[in-house]
Amino acid sequence: MELNFGSEYDDFRAEVRDFCNTKGKQTQRSSMRLGEHRPTQEVLDWQATLIDHGYAARTIPKQYGGYGAEPDIVKSLIISEEFVRSGTRGGIQNQGISMLVPTLLEVGTEAQRQKYIRATIFGDIVWCQGYSEPGSGSDLASLKTKAVVDGENFIVNGQKVWTSSAQFSDMCFILVRTEPDAAKHHGISYLLMSMDDPGIEVRPLVTMTGEAFFNELFLSDVKVPVENIVGERGEGWHVANVTLKYERGMIANPGASASGIRGLAELMEEETISGVRAIDLPVYRDRLLKLQGRSLANKYHGLRLLSNSINQESTGVEGLIVKLSATYLSYDIHSLALDVLGEFGTLYDGSAYQRHKDWMRQYISTFMGIIGGGTAQIQKNVISERGLGLPREPLVKLDKNGWELLRK
Amino acid sequence: MRFGLSEEHKMLGEMLNKYLVANLDLEGVRNAAKVSIHHSPSLWDGLLEQGAVGILVPEEFGGAGLSMLHAEVVSETLGRHIVPVSFLGHSILAPLAIQHAGTPAQIGRFLPEIASGKIMYGIALTDVVANRENTRLTISNGKVSGDATFVIGGMAADKIILATQGTLILVERGAPGLEIEPLSSVDKTRDFAAVHLNDAPCEVLGEEGGADKAIETVLNAARINIAADTLGAVDAMFNQALEYSRVREQFDRPIGSFQSIKHILAEMITDIEPCRSLIWYAAYAFDEVPEEATLIACHTKAHMSEVAKHVNRATTEMHGGMGFTDLLGLHFWFKRIEVNRQLLGGPEITRHMAAVSQGWAPATISAS
Repeated sequence: MELNFGSEYDDFRAEVRDFCNTKGKQTQRSSMRLGEHRPTQEVLDWQATLIDHGYAARTIPKQYGGYGAEPDIVKSLIISEEFVRSGTRGGIQNQGISMLVPTLLEVGTEAQRQKYIRATIFGDIVWCQGYSEPGSGSDLASLKTKAVVDGENFIVNGQKVWTSSAQFSDMCFILVRTEPDAAKHHGISYLLMSMDDPGIEVRPLVTMTGEAFFNELFLSDVKVPVENIVGERGEGWHVANVTLKYERGMIANPGASASGIRGLAELMEEETISGVRAIDLPVYRDRLLKLQGRSLANKYHGLRLLSNSINQESTGVEGLIVKLSATYLSYDIHSLALDVLGEFGTLYDGSAYQRHKDWMRQYISTFMGIIGGGTAQIQKNVISERGLGLPREPLVKLDKNGWELLRK
Repeated sequence: MRFGLSEEHKMLGEMLNKYLVANLDLEGVRNAAKVSIHHSPSLWDGLLEQGAVGILVPEEFGGAGLSMLHAEVVSETLGRHIVPVSFLGHSILAPLAIQHAGTPAQIGRFLPEIASGKIMYGIALTDVVANRENTRLTISNGKVSGDATFVIGGMAADKIILATQGTLILVERGAPGLEIEPLSSVDKTRDFAAVHLNDAPCEVLGEEGGADKAIETVLNAARINIAADTLGAVDAMFNQALEYSRVREQFDRPIGSFQSIKHILAEMITDIEPCRSLIWYAAYAFDEVPEEATLIACHTKAHMSEVAKHVNRATTEMHGGMGFTDLLGLHFWFKRIEVNRQLLGGPEITRHMAAVSQGWAPATISAS
């Protein structure tokens, strides 16, 4: 066990801290939330400052407008920790930056990189992601939105859902079926579609929080120039999975759930029930302690995964469990907060009687983690199949004779 | 930065594992369960050769002088193989009690005995954690009276360390006024005794009333190593269930292809792996981050116990009727896990201790 990162990193941390203290702007979370509006001029200027110092687009090559540093997860973690600690506003986070740019770097043409990467990381082009469809959620590869070539263009028809930011996006990276006769994973292509096309209709999708973070996209004869394909025809599934590699490589801040526990403990020290602080009531306190135990386990598990990554040791099933574990923990932390607040926890829409944090909205939002990016049940399939080597469930289909076994 | 086990830790675990695979099969466990003292002298000799018996005893007193993380590796391996030896009491708790409470002369006398493994030590801690029978030991003029239950390693012990309010004492088997009787636990791989003391001569370790800190240290070491023992047993249960789900066929396919079974296995491993990380850190904090030691040790025991409870139920029921038989022997691990959960405070009690340690609760069930 050696939990120090070494003096090189102490120096780096001091440098980041100094930047935060002298140039850092305080976070204004409301302007940073996903799916609200395009980045303001102030946010664009701040993004340029961050890229200039290597605190955004850190590992994007200089020739495409990035800072050009070697990947170093410890430095990334330090930047994240110091920004959170000081309340400094971070860089723009959107799917163009986190998903499209790494994909173009890996499999895009030189022309595509030149055209899109710089503009995306500086926030001038905003992207949305056209993956999920009403009939293709967990089984994404069954997607039906089709594209056929007509002269210089693909003509796209179909429907997409869960497209956050679509109402103000410039472009959409979209998965479409171009080879209807191929097996489902081999018939998909990855296109870069302009959102200006008149054949696109964007309808807001209101969620259970009451807000429309997401949209539905209806696509009727939308034209996408043939050169806007990333990778070859029929390789879209592979192209989309390139990005997943980056997602898996990203490591969450190991202390993330600790701040949830701190907030919960503060609430329980403030909130009183018939004059007694919630934390002094053993029935509530034991629930807090249970969650703290889980949170600590996840924290040190995060350090273990970080260590594996730093020391280039392979990570097996222990890496696949993180999302399932962390998202349920977050749900349970918020559940206890609501129980502590009782009836007052049910207040909403900025009621004057609301107190402490907006726990109900945050509680409801934890489902975005549990469901988004692969539901808890899909995570369990991934863990058991990829992590534990168990066989896939046989495929069954309903026909007139009843259920038929298709894959054994 | 490196979090986790080093090559040296892994080698220690592998050597011990190899020894146990060769020397203790399920029949061996069954036989050990039939004898009256659940401490196997032949396996103890094997552990001695592996350098595990004196693992925490400093080298100057004949031990290996290793860290708590090394001890964790040993405890975990013993739990994995449900080994019937008095490692926890003799090799972890007794030497820490002596080292932290004893005078230099006592340390010089007793630690070499522990490292030798020839004179067995047991330890009684029920007086200082979650006492159930209100049996308090009283000491006066070098003599002790009272009762103690769940004396760890009590039947095999030549010497027994007893903890009472702020004080650690030592009594020797054969002392006048000392009676030792077996406590028959559901787990036949563990040696527990009840002792009755009636003006039995005793030796105070260090000063009377001066052992609060030492007792806390001993309890933290117990919490970590009991959790480690549970982790090993949980690993064994999980791996048996995983293997069973691959080979057991019903409805013309392995039961491991049903999502109902796969998902339970996925849930279990999702809970188990973070426990491993937590236990490693708890062992590290015991040696290196003393201000966090109690909080983390308490949480480690409580959280590991909760996860183990789920693993115990799910793996047993996954084996169907076979899981309920003696034939498969799954119950040996099951019982070890259930006993570890209660030993020196169940989850509610250890979580309460964790609350006390960070000022969230008054110390109503604590050591003082």
